[in-house]
Amino acid sequence: MKQFIAFVKKEFYHVFRDRKTLLLLFGMPISQIVLFGFALTNEIKNSKIVVCDYANDVATRRIIDKMEVSANFEIERILMSHQQIEEVFREGKIKLVVVFPANFNNSLAHLNKAQVQIIADATDPNTAGTLTNYASSIILSYQAELQGLQKIPYQIEIDIRMIYNPELKGATNFVPGVMALVLFLISVLMTSVSIVREKENGTMEVLLVSPFKTILVVISKAVPYFFLSLINLAMILLLSVYLLNLPIKGSVLLLFAESSLLIITALSLGLLISNSTSSQRTAMIIALLGMMLPTILLSGFMFPIENMPLALQVISNIVPAKWYYIIVKSIMIKGLGFSAIWKETLILVGMALFLLVVSIKKFKVRLV
Amino acid sequence: MADVILQNITKTYNKGETRAVNDVSFAVEKGELFGLIGPDGAGKTSIFRILSTLLLADSGTAKVNGFDVVKDYRSIRNQVGYMPGKFSLYQDLTVEENLSFFATVFNSTIEENYGLIKDIYVQIEPFKTRRAGKLSGGMKQKLALCCALIHRPTVLFLDEPTTGVDAVSRKEFWEMLKRLKEQGITILVSTPYMDEATLCERIALIQNGSVISIGTPENIISHFPKKLLSAKSGQMSRLLTHIRQFPETASCFSFGDAHHVTFSENKNQMNELLVFLKTKNHHDVEIKEITPTIEDCFIDLMK
Repeated sequence: MKQFIAFVKKEFYHVFRDRKTLLLLFGMPISQIVLFGFALTNEIKNSKIVVCDYANDVATRRIIDKMEVSANFEIERILMSHQQIEEVFREGKIKLVVVFPANFNNSLAHLNKAQVQIIADATDPNTAGTLTNYASSIILSYQAELQGLQKIPYQIEIDIRMIYNPELKGATNFVPGVMALVLFLISVLMTSVSIVREKENGTMEVLLVSPFKTILVVISKAVPYFFLSLINLAMILLLSVYLLNLPIKGSVLLLFAESSLLIITALSLGLLISNSTSSQRTAMIIALLGMMLPTILLSGFMFPIENMPLALQVISNIVPAKWYYIIVKSIMIKGLGFSAIWKETLILVGMALFLLVVSIKKFKVRLV
Repeated sequence: MADVILQNITKTYNKGETRAVNDVSFAVEKGELFGLIGPDGAGKTSIFRILSTLLLADSGTAKVNGFDVVKDYRSIRNQVGYMPGKFSLYQDLTVEENLSFFATVFNSTIEENYGLIKDIYVQIEPFKTRRAGKLSGGMKQKLALCCALIHRPTVLFLDEPTTGVDAVSRKEFWEMLKRLKEQGITILVSTPYMDEATLCERIALIQNGSVISIGTPENIISHFPKKLLSAKSGQMSRLLTHIRQFPETASCFSFGDAHHVTFSENKNQMNELLVFLKTKNHHDVEIKEITPTIEDCFIDLMK
């Protein structure tokens, strides 16, 4: 035990005396969260939208005028069929189409009720969500205007259609995504160089000729990064709650417990990389390139896994961040408890154990 | 029984292409200060790594303290002190932190074996809060020696401890080794500096992975097969060329401020050489017979 504490103490010295790495460790999550936060909340200006005005009456013209005044839109008035609309979307130049049916003002005046359709290209869910919000708020403000004048309960029904990505996945879910990405990558990256650095600096040579226990050395490497990652997690959560106004609906304790599990999985993976490589550079490349792309692409954060080819869907199952992403979404956004995520938890536990055992087994007791 | 025994150790790299250690056998007695002398690339480091259980030999057996280096590597790691050729302590840890870390790793404390390292440690103690990476070359080696001694090893492996260290520190270092030897620690040390060979009790001369001679330095010197002359003049480089042109010259090498000469017939052809040199316009040549050094023996054995 005394030996273990000595090892852990030594690792903490290494971490705290390497200022640049420490800066990266805390700078990366903060910048990621802030970057994503502002990418989400930023206004979208001068988006080209199409208005199909089949009514062309007082009401629709008033609404279109209001839209034109707003700095968010650049309006083009064309009449087109639904098939044509889809073509326009495919070209990618137009993000939103507003369709007023014929007799809009008539039905509003006689039935006190009219319909308008907003169709958005939801391949970029953030933009689509923001633009539909802008458009509907303009329409609703016209409705309020009418009601204010005549005290009659006019109602404009807005039918929003998101095409290509109807669930708007990712719009509010970026915090769980960033958490999965940042916690996982940082943990893998930091530990991936830890053991191989000792090999490269030659300190492993002295260390090996001593009665140490492999498991102590390997685990003590991970301890400082485990605690630092928990601090990182706390920072990410504070930023998301107070800067981005995304509340944590479920149990914070459960969230921390599950995050610890992901961190341990990632640290074990890093140790495995470190034990299997012979230079820090190789370890870095494997950790960065080898882990970054699968984590971004296959965790379901950036791209919905359901839309992927079957082979990629199968491969995505071995990406730990995918399971963690599901867990965090369930806890943070849906507010679910442990009973809803025990399966994902079990998978992560399995992965962590497997990786840890393999990385300890992979530890070389001699020089190559 | 000897503390360190090597029997027919062979080690190759690159799948057998590079032969680093070639059928090496020798033994280091208990409490002996044994030197491995040879130039860079002779295979010294490979031998050290095999003995300290860091490398596996291709063939042959080796024992340290009676333990086999392959089977009982854990027991050996408990008992030996190893100081690699390259400075291998934690550069970002201070002198004191390094020392106490290694003490704890060996289940010991600085206090427990302070007596053993005291002489050395007092010299670096003023810098104990300095990071190891910021120490001078000699200080680094002293710290590394302290760390290798902190668990009171019975056998000490020192791989080129004086390489890259200034002359004064080198001298101090060898005095420390002598004191450690007096404490009963068996020491195997390597060096590329031939002048350090006489500081060892016994030495093995190594060249291209093979031991070319073993014995006490005096013994090796006394087995130098020829008479050795030292020649000096005002024009050393011309002198070297002309001595080599003398038909009876077996070898002539530049050695510091003089040339060391041997003749092919083991006779003293000093006078003939002087006459020959006069014909080449050397008039201030000073020639005398000298006792060979280890380096002379090494050069002679290399052939």
